[in-house]
Amino acid sequence: MKGQRLVNSIEKGIVIDHIRAGLGVKLFHFLKLDNADFTVVIISGAESKRMGRKDIIKIQNMIDIDYTVIGLIDHNATISIIEDGEITEKKKLELPRRVENVIVCKNPRCITSTERQIPHVFSLQNAETRTYRCDYCEDHVRGIEI
Amino acid sequence: MGLESRNLISTLDFSIEEQDEVLALAERIMAAPKEYDHLLGGRIMASLFFEPSTRTRLSFEAAMLRLGGRVIGFSEAGSSSAAKGESLSDTIRTVSQYADIIVVRHPKEGAANIAAGVSGVPVVNAGDGGHEHPTQTLTDLLTIRSVKKRVGGLAVGCCGDLKFGRTVHSLVKNISRYEGVSFIFASPDELRIPRFLRAFLDDNGVEYVETDRMDGKIAEMDVLYMTRVQKERFFNEEEYIRLKDLFILDAGKLRSAKEDLCILHPLPRVNEIAYEVDADKRAAYFHQAGCGMYARMALMASLLGAV
Repeated sequence: MKGQRLVNSIEKGIVIDHIRAGLGVKLFHFLKLDNADFTVVIISGAESKRMGRKDIIKIQNMIDIDYTVIGLIDHNATISIIEDGEITEKKKLELPRRVENVIVCKNPRCITSTERQIPHVFSLQNAETRTYRCDYCEDHVRGIEI
Repeated sequence: MGLESRNLISTLDFSIEEQDEVLALAERIMAAPKEYDHLLGGRIMASLFFEPSTRTRLSFEAAMLRLGGRVIGFSEAGSSSAAKGESLSDTIRTVSQYADIIVVRHPKEGAANIAAGVSGVPVVNAGDGGHEHPTQTLTDLLTIRSVKKRVGGLAVGCCGDLKFGRTVHSLVKNISRYEGVSFIFASPDELRIPRFLRAFLDDNGVEYVETDRMDGKIAEMDVLYMTRVQKERFFNEEEYIRLKDLFILDAGKLRSAKEDLCILHPLPRVNEIAYEVDADKRAAYFHQAGCGMYARMALMASLLGAV
C-alpha cells in the first residue's frame, strides 16, 4: 500500500529521526507542517535501541525547512536528506544562537505584547539548560518551556 | 570620548572606563556649573514619558536647560499619538526628525531597545517597566563617588524589596564590575534577589551574603541602599505587618552602623526610612536626587559629543 510505503521510506525529502519521544508533534507545529501542501508523516513512540522510544518525522518532496527550529526543539535529532531513495546528506544540528519569530515572548510586560510589527527575537543564554532570553525584556525561557 | 552618538539603554552599555569618564565630567560640572551653561546651546532634547515620573523627568529636563539646551515632549501617553494607537517605533522615528537626543520612559520592558533600533539620534532609557533604569545607576554611582570618594572595595548593603526592585538589580550588576566590591543583601525571604542576579554574581566571583534582617549586618556596610517593601508583594497582610518593621531604617538601627556610612534611596520613600534619619549626616538620599541632574547633564553632553 502506498501509505504504508511512505511510513517506511521516501524517495525524496527529509527524515528527522531520533526526536525525543513526545516532541514530534511539537516540532511538527513549530515547523508549521500542519499547513503544508506536501505529505508529512509523524511516527510517535517508535522503538529505539538507543533511546527506548523516539519520534520520527518524514517529509516528502520538500527539503527547504527551517533547521534552526529543529535545533531549538531537539538538537539531538538527526536529519537525513533523501534523493532517489538514498541518503545524500546528513545534517548535524546545533542549538541556534538566535531565533526570530519562533519563540513568542510570554511576558505580558514585554514591549512585544503591544508593538505588533516587531519580530520576537530570542538569544541563547545557557546551552546546558537550553535557556533563551528575549532580546527586548530579557525574560528567560528554558528549553522545556518552549 | 567615544560616547558621541551612542545610546544608553542598559546599565552595562558603557565600559567602566567610559562610565568613569561620564562621572568625572559630572563632578566637574557639579564643581563649576556656570562653565557649562552654554554647552548644549541650540540642541533639543525630546522628553517622551509614556508614564508619569517626577524625579527622572524633571532632572532630565533641568539637566538640558542648565546646559543651555531646549526641551520638547510629553509627560504622559495620553497627550501623545500613542493614545490614537500609534506604535512606539513610529513615534520615535518621527521625533528623531525634530530632536538631537531622545529620552524615553515607557511602561513596557524592552521599549527603549526598540526606540534605539529605529531612532536616528541617541536614545536614553529613562526606565522601561521593571527592566532597566540605567541613569538611576549613574546617579547612584555619582553619589557614592561624591560621598565615599571611591567605588572599588566598598561593602554595599541592599535592603528591602530585592526581588522586584529594578534599581537594585541595575546597581548590583554595574557596581560589581569594580574591584573588591562586596554585597550584603537584607530582605524578607519572599523578596530575595532573583536567581538570575545570584547566578550573575556567582559567575563573576563577586562576594555576597544574604540575610533576613538588616540590623545584624548594618555594622559591616559602607553603603546602604534602601528600597521600599510594598504591601502588594506579600501573600497576606499578617506577613507584611510582621516583616515590614525589620526593614525600616531608624535611628536605633543606625547606632551600630559605621560613622561614614552612605545611606541611599532612589526615592520616593514611603515609610522605609524614618524621618528622624533625614537629620543624620549619613543620609545621602536627597543629595543623591541632586546628583541625578548632574549625572544626566554629563551623559547628554557626552552622547551629543559636546565635550
